[in-house]
Amino acid sequence: MSRLLVCPPDYFRIDYEINPWMRRSNVVEPEWAIRQWHGLMKVLEEDIGVMLERMTPMPGVPDLVFTANAGVVVGRKAVPSRFRYPERQREEAYFERWFRDHEYEIVTLDQEMYFEGAGDLLGFPDGWFGGYRQRSEIRAFPILSEVFGQEILPLELIDSRFYHLDTCFCPLSGGELLYYPAAFDQYGQATIAERIATERRLAVPEQEALKFACNAVCVGKHVVLPAGCPSTMTLLESRGYQLHPVPLDEFMKSGGSAKCLTLALD
Amino acid sequence: MANTQETVVLSGHIIDSLILAKVLDTILMMGGTFDLEEVSIGKTRNEPSRARIIVRASSRNLLADILQAIQPHGASVDRELDCQSKPAPSDGVFPEDFYATTHLPTQIRIAGQWLDVEGIEMDLGIVVNPKKTGACAVPMGNVRRGDLVVTGRTGIRVTPLQRPQERDVFSFMESQVSAERPHGHIIADVAKRMRVLREGFGTGRPDCKVLLAGGPAIIHAGGRDALTWLIDEGFIHVLFCGNALAAHDMEAELYGTSLGYGLAAGRAVPHGHEHHLRTINRVRGIGSIQKAVNTGLIKQGIMASCVKRGVQVVMAGTIRDDGPLPGVITDSIAAQAAMRAAIPGVGLALLIASTLHSVATGNLLPATIPTVCVDVNPAVPTKLADRGSFQAVGLVMDAASFLRDVARELGWKG
Repeated sequence: MSRLLVCPPDYFRIDYEINPWMRRSNVVEPEWAIRQWHGLMKVLEEDIGVMLERMTPMPGVPDLVFTANAGVVVGRKAVPSRFRYPERQREEAYFERWFRDHEYEIVTLDQEMYFEGAGDLLGFPDGWFGGYRQRSEIRAFPILSEVFGQEILPLELIDSRFYHLDTCFCPLSGGELLYYPAAFDQYGQATIAERIATERRLAVPEQEALKFACNAVCVGKHVVLPAGCPSTMTLLESRGYQLHPVPLDEFMKSGGSAKCLTLALD
Repeated sequence: MANTQETVVLSGHIIDSLILAKVLDTILMMGGTFDLEEVSIGKTRNEPSRARIIVRASSRNLLADILQAIQPHGASVDRELDCQSKPAPSDGVFPEDFYATTHLPTQIRIAGQWLDVEGIEMDLGIVVNPKKTGACAVPMGNVRRGDLVVTGRTGIRVTPLQRPQERDVFSFMESQVSAERPHGHIIADVAKRMRVLREGFGTGRPDCKVLLAGGPAIIHAGGRDALTWLIDEGFIHVLFCGNALAAHDMEAELYGTSLGYGLAAGRAVPHGHEHHLRTINRVRGIGSIQKAVNTGLIKQGIMASCVKRGVQVVMAGTIRDDGPLPGVITDSIAAQAAMRAAIPGVGLALLIASTLHSVATGNLLPATIPTVCVDVNPAVPTKLADRGSFQAVGLVMDAASFLRDVARELGWKG
């Protein structure tokens, strides 16, 4: 059974602006946020059968809800994130403590070796991809590659709206890739094309990419994605995926959606 | 040094991700150049690759811009160290692990700054000035006790020569020397360079001197008139030779012979073997070659033209010399120093028919100076070409034929 780390949005709000989506004036409706988050949890737990590990929310770290950025976990090994912005650096200690309390073997990166966890490191069983330039440092990937014994191909993120790899790149369990090509430069697109055959590359239209259609959670043949992405749903349905659209627009105010709200533990 | 450079390292899965390609493309697109100094490619998919890249740019600002552009892609400036130095233990002795120079442009790093080494030539040491603001290449014999001499290999970088911009025989980087190769185009290119340099020299442009180092075979073989003409016409600005070239040139003037052979008749003349001795003796009596020319004793020829045209002449003696002529430097180290002092400003070197003077001059020349070596013995041009200069051209041919062909290219009617 899949396990995901999540954190209830008790303190979720927009206290600062560190990506193009965040506007302090665009106030989060706490009730709505909590309702949407619980809606997502219900789908994950009840419809898909995922086991959820809940972190304790903490005041003063509103983005702790985006557990995808806790770090990256493979087996019993965890590398906690090193956030680029001081606003999120405060989360590092909480995430690290959670890994420690749950007896993960922790590998820590140097202070300024920015790496924002599973938000920027995704992949298929035979090859991983790392997003860099916006948040994570490309220099983190050779280190992670050694820690996990995995090839990591860095991909430059060229559009600040798609500031983490998981906002524009979603590997699916059947080997397909759901992605938004224009978030990558020519080199990145060529690298993706070299590794993933044409028929397995599912390009999302811009309009839906901007709704974070790629910020989806794939568990087996189930895909949980933000509501309002009909073309993406058609694409995925044609490949036999079972879809679970979930309204998450309160979290989009902060530049996050389904995937950002979860961290795959195993 | 026109170019500035920095070494960067790129590691990780840089090949399949096209990160290496992106970094190299970025360098070129921004107007820089690069050398891939080292690339190790991972043997398996999981194994990382690594590249060391020397980035070059025409200015420090451009280099800084390029480095700034490639650093986000993981190119990190290789950790550089200052060079090491130790005081010379005594006069004329380098410290044990001194750095021996090449003839290529060289820089050393002091207090984080790269400084050009002045007066570069092969097989010297590098002495840093006491304020550590500059450095120059120094022969072993010239080092003074306490001079700071660069040791080891860290903090020293040597820049390979760029392909010259002019498209002529010097730009092909060919070091093969063969008697079977056609000479015509090489001679035409040499003449073209000499014409450009004469014009540059006349208008005071730097590095436009033409240096000729020659042996007495120039006289024996009949190249005297052509060389005299080249000097008269202002194509030669520095002459390196020994006692013999000068002696036989003036012997030809006084007796019409070269080492006793009649130059016109082509056979030994009675008591001809004494001619060069009598010539040397007369010039010694007058006191100098300059006086011999100025008093009208020597009216024409190579030495006369050198005096009249103000060509800088360095005559280096050898142990078999007769006389020698006044002005011949018999202390080899002093001769080497005099030759070295005449090198700055040279833009082309012609090394003709003299193993001794050609090799000695070749050793003093930085690799940046285009060099032509002409000798009937292929060993001499080969030896010079093997110095590794991209701009050394070897010609296996007779000295007189070469000089006459060059002179004719330049308008000589002889």
